Amino acid sequence: MASKFTIDRRAVLRGIAAGGALGASATLPFRPAFAKTTTVGFIYVGARDDYGYNQAHAEGAAALKSLPGIKVVEEENVPETVAVQKTMESMINLDGATLLFPTSFGYFDPHMLKMAKKYPDLTFLHCGGLWTAGKHPKNTGSYFGYIDEAQYLSGIVAGYASKSKKLGFVAAKPIPQVLRNINSFTLGAQSVDPTITCQVIFTGEWSMPVKEAEATNSLADQGVDVVTCHVDGPKVVVETAEKRGLYTCGYHASQAPLAPKGYLTGAEWNWSKVYTDYVNLFTAGKPIPNLVRGGLKEGIVKTSAYGPAASAEARKHADAVKAKFMAGDMVIYKGPIETNDGKTIVAAGTSHGQTDIWLESMDWLVKGVIGGT
Amino acid sequence: MATAADLGFWTVPLAIFAGAIRVSTPFLLVSLGECLTERSGRINLGLEGTLVMGAMSGYAVSYLSGSPWLGVLVAGLVGSLFGAVHAAICNMPKVNDIALGIALMLFGTGLAFFLGKGFIQPKAPNLPAIPLGWWSDVEQIRSALDINVLFLFGLAMTPAILFFLNRTRWGLVLRTVGDSEDAARAAGFSVNRVRLFATMAGGFLAGVGGSFLSLYYPGSWNEGLSSGQGITAVALVIFARWNPLYCFYASLLFGGAGALGPALQAVGITHGYYLFNAAPYILTLGIMILASSSTRRFSGAPGELSVTR
Repeated sequence: MASKFTIDRRAVLRGIAAGGALGASATLPFRPAFAKTTTVGFIYVGARDDYGYNQAHAEGAAALKSLPGIKVVEEENVPETVAVQKTMESMINLDGATLLFPTSFGYFDPHMLKMAKKYPDLTFLHCGGLWTAGKHPKNTGSYFGYIDEAQYLSGIVAGYASKSKKLGFVAAKPIPQVLRNINSFTLGAQSVDPTITCQVIFTGEWSMPVKEAEATNSLADQGVDVVTCHVDGPKVVVETAEKRGLYTCGYHASQAPLAPKGYLTGAEWNWSKVYTDYVNLFTAGKPIPNLVRGGLKEGIVKTSAYGPAASAEARKHADAVKAKFMAGDMVIYKGPIETNDGKTIVAAGTSHGQTDIWLESMDWLVKGVIGGT
Repeated sequence: MATAADLGFWTVPLAIFAGAIRVSTPFLLVSLGECLTERSGRINLGLEGTLVMGAMSGYAVSYLSGSPWLGVLVAGLVGSLFGAVHAAICNMPKVNDIALGIALMLFGTGLAFFLGKGFIQPKAPNLPAIPLGWWSDVEQIRSALDINVLFLFGLAMTPAILFFLNRTRWGLVLRTVGDSEDAARAAGFSVNRVRLFATMAGGFLAGVGGSFLSLYYPGSWNEGLSSGQGITAVALVIFARWNPLYCFYASLLFGGAGALGPALQAVGITHGYYLFNAAPYILTLGIMILASSSTRRFSGAPGELSVTR
């Protein structure tokens, strides 16, 4: 262990030289330029091969392992409690991590913010898009993707696949990101057929396998024939839906191997690009943007390859819309949009583009969604 | 793909019925096992760990061997091994069975997470269901009546354990040990050996219950699989007054109540789902309060049980 921390004289000299050259341009106060290898810490809330949220991040982390001079340390199953602070402490003090990615939503406040104040020289980047200038420390940052673009495309494919015109959505908690996915999925399907409805079931927890299976079965009993979800591990939902003979759209990562018959397409993260970009900036000593966002166009989200059940017509429509997203001229939230309790939330003629902050405080569901926030 | 009839609100009772059968099996098996253990005068709180360990080992063996039945068997054997460890340590003087149970619970879940790392991704063959709904052409009813053998196993174990406890000599020995160590010793029975077997049998059932989770419903191994079902099942035994038949009813009640939240949302009752999701626990609290007494002991409680003594 001891040899890991010894820094020889040459490395220090090199570091001073490099630090001097880069120091002026850095926005973050400290750059571990003297270190031979940069240790990057990843913290996951669940298992890293859960076919879901954590797997998506772990795939991103795995992409870093091939980069020269980068060492990745990971810890799984860290609850969103003071436990994550302890994990960060040990990654910093024992592994020498200088760049940390606490990937779960609930790690940010207060845990990551506390650690960022305690270690102002290190960099903390959180997945969730919660960073606000002036309010949060300079050495922290936030990144998130507009995955609802991919959900919109899933909705289109689902709209073509559904015969009963009833879609189902197994969701964890009614927070803005989840609601936005539900709304975009539904709007995508309604762009195919405006009469389509989407039934939402909230399980109340990010990971609750038995309840997720029950929710999927309840949806199937209601005559829903395409199911998607927003829970940490979509595995159970996709497998249960496949058993009941439903179509599924995946989420977080590709669940295609779990549902060879019914998998249509899915909304996936592309964290390997985000993490590689960050680490390249970090090791080059360039300023790290505090807020990184993007969708299909920026390569932060992607869609799963179409499954055999996706019709040619559906593929054509979805590909056309995808091309519009890639060109940057597709707007999902374009008026008139009515909520499912009868209010007009986006008036005719107004539109809210993907980067609009207003969309991030979403607390409503569009008309055609059966469910309450 | 699937054609489902429009059942409207009828899906709620159907979902509760189907959920009662689907969700109740682990509760049933763990509570029956714990019932045996507690009737011998000991509490094994470690069954949560046994359940998770059973789920993991069953899934792993099913994946490696290709036979889910072998998985169930191994899950049971791993469960009885955990039971044996609990009993063997508790047989030493001055060991608190509750504290040890908690230790084994943490050990079991930790070990299962550690050994189960490599089995989250692979897809193991699942247990088949018996399609008892063949007579119906309504898809929902057919699906609800796809009943797993392990549920039927639990269903058969209920009267069997009842018969064993009340009508057999060994059952009498077990109850004697549970009610009065002194009487059992005077009659020449080995208290420790009886408890060893009772705890092993309880562990076996809990392990099998775990394999139901990973091999049938929801049907895959992951770390959030149990989410406290083992510990709930231990509580069910007290709720069921140490009677196997009541354990069966209580498990069905819990399974059905657990299905209530999703089912109500599916028909469009979208308010207060947190409350509906909590239904099983509210139900337990209500019944415990109604049935409690400040002057009498729990009726049916084994005399040697540390929590009621």
